[in-house]
Amino acid sequence: MENIEKRNQLWAFIVTGALILISLLYYSSNIYYIYLIVYIWFGVAYGMMLQYGRFCMASASRDLFAAGVPRMAVGVLIALIFFSLVSVVLAATNMSTFHAGPLGTHELIGGVVFGVGMVLAGGCASGSLYKIGEGNGTSILSIMGISFGQAIFVDVGGIFNKLLPQSWIDAAQATTWVPKDKITSWFDHYFLGNIVFKKNIILSDTEAFSGMSGDIARNFFANSLINTILPTILVLFAIYYFFMRKGHLKRVKKALKKEGKEETTGFGDDVRGMWNMITASERTTLMGVLIGITAGIHILAMKGMQNKFGISNFGELLARMGHHEDLSTMGKIFDPGYWYITTQEAQFAGWVMDKVGWDVKDDVFFGVMNGLPELWRNPALWMSLGIIFGAMIMSLLNKEFKWKLPKGELIVWGLGGGLLMGIGARIALGCNIGAFFIRVAGGDPGGWLFGIGMVIGGYGGVRFFNWWTDRKMAKEMEAF
Amino acid sequence: MAMKFEKVGDGKYMLDVCGYVCPHPQIYTKKSLEKIDEGDILELVFDNPSSGETIIQMIDQGGHDLLEKKEEGGKLIYIIEKG
Repeated sequence: MENIEKRNQLWAFIVTGALILISLLYYSSNIYYIYLIVYIWFGVAYGMMLQYGRFCMASASRDLFAAGVPRMAVGVLIALIFFSLVSVVLAATNMSTFHAGPLGTHELIGGVVFGVGMVLAGGCASGSLYKIGEGNGTSILSIMGISFGQAIFVDVGGIFNKLLPQSWIDAAQATTWVPKDKITSWFDHYFLGNIVFKKNIILSDTEAFSGMSGDIARNFFANSLINTILPTILVLFAIYYFFMRKGHLKRVKKALKKEGKEETTGFGDDVRGMWNMITASERTTLMGVLIGITAGIHILAMKGMQNKFGISNFGELLARMGHHEDLSTMGKIFDPGYWYITTQEAQFAGWVMDKVGWDVKDDVFFGVMNGLPELWRNPALWMSLGIIFGAMIMSLLNKEFKWKLPKGELIVWGLGGGLLMGIGARIALGCNIGAFFIRVAGGDPGGWLFGIGMVIGGYGGVRFFNWWTDRKMAKEMEAF
Repeated sequence: MAMKFEKVGDGKYMLDVCGYVCPHPQIYTKKSLEKIDEGDILELVFDNPSSGETIIQMIDQGGHDLLEKKEEGGKLIYIIEKG
């Protein structure tokens, strides 16, 4: 047993050492790569916290509906509150890289598809990454599904274009800021003919709050209090009322009966019940707080570097280093400036497809918006790798790392769920992190639409798994 | 790979979900606890650490008792008494 512990510790040090070496190599080749190195290490931090807190947003709705356990839902909501508070200061001091997404029903629809996928796959986009770090082979398939699902989804045209309304096709073709030869796929027409016309809203920038003086006060009141904290508290109350209250009060009455006291409960018991719910899983709630704060500091670090180098996108640094072939027609690559998953995974799959001769640069997603950098010059992809390796270090140190190859039904669930997550993420232009977590805390009400969609999809996924597992349990119980 | 749910003695059951990842271990545990009687013992064997936190909370909320929690060769074993 001691040998296994020592071997795990040794591997944890090897992985850490390799990441330090990689960082030093990048730094020594060009100082501009410090930008990429910061992404790596924030990825490592996220990975360690996600693994330690078992922080997977799929389980927020799934475990609530499937097992009546609110652990993760509470963790996510706590993280949202803390992240929104840090975001207030960043936005008010012009140190934020946050940008709102187009507001519309596509976020709800994408959220539903993503929600079904994350339950089937056994993890959300960030959860699947950290679980790879635990040696979970199903999550590797899930990330492959997300990656190739997105890359194919954004590049296919032909017959799929005929499924779109003619008005979207006409509007997309009338676009002047995009080269005509890049408007080819159904996603190009969906994006240019529909999505770009939707409003991007940050609550503090709307007319309703224009009269408020003071940037911090306006940002706090609109983005944090109205858009994040109050809805979050409301959801926490709803979870307590519908999932926890009955069981909690039953336990209180049972204890009173045992003590020979009158079995009556009051407001104080409900307050204690709420508190018990929030603190039931200390490691998840604590990681919720830390992840929320870290996500804010990440934004500060990226903005600080952008200011230092006088850029707004890493593509500008790649151009200075002569890597023009990595860039989109807008001279950019995908560089969110904050915690984000999915687009970089699509770039990974797009890169592979490009290498085997599939022209993926003839579309808006890769060709115009996000570029297709070499994998080793893709900062956001390094963040994803950082999450995997951070989780690996933590799971090795906690003796929780174990290679588990996907077998049987898990291959179908992993790949199928990943594909659905990829499709949902492209419909909504983001995943549980980029379309929900970051947007809500940044003051974009559209983030809640994706969140509601995720919960609806999660419920559907749980219903399906309940049916599936009931069948298998009945078969097992035939023997007794 | 298959899950196993067996009666191993009088009032004793064993659920083996090794190889399964989220959400299968927690769903099968919940269903197994629903199938057995109060006071019965369920030996749960799984190897997906991410499911552990949820299962522990589920046991607590359901009024069951976690009698023993051990780790053997990368497998997690929880002995649960249905409450």
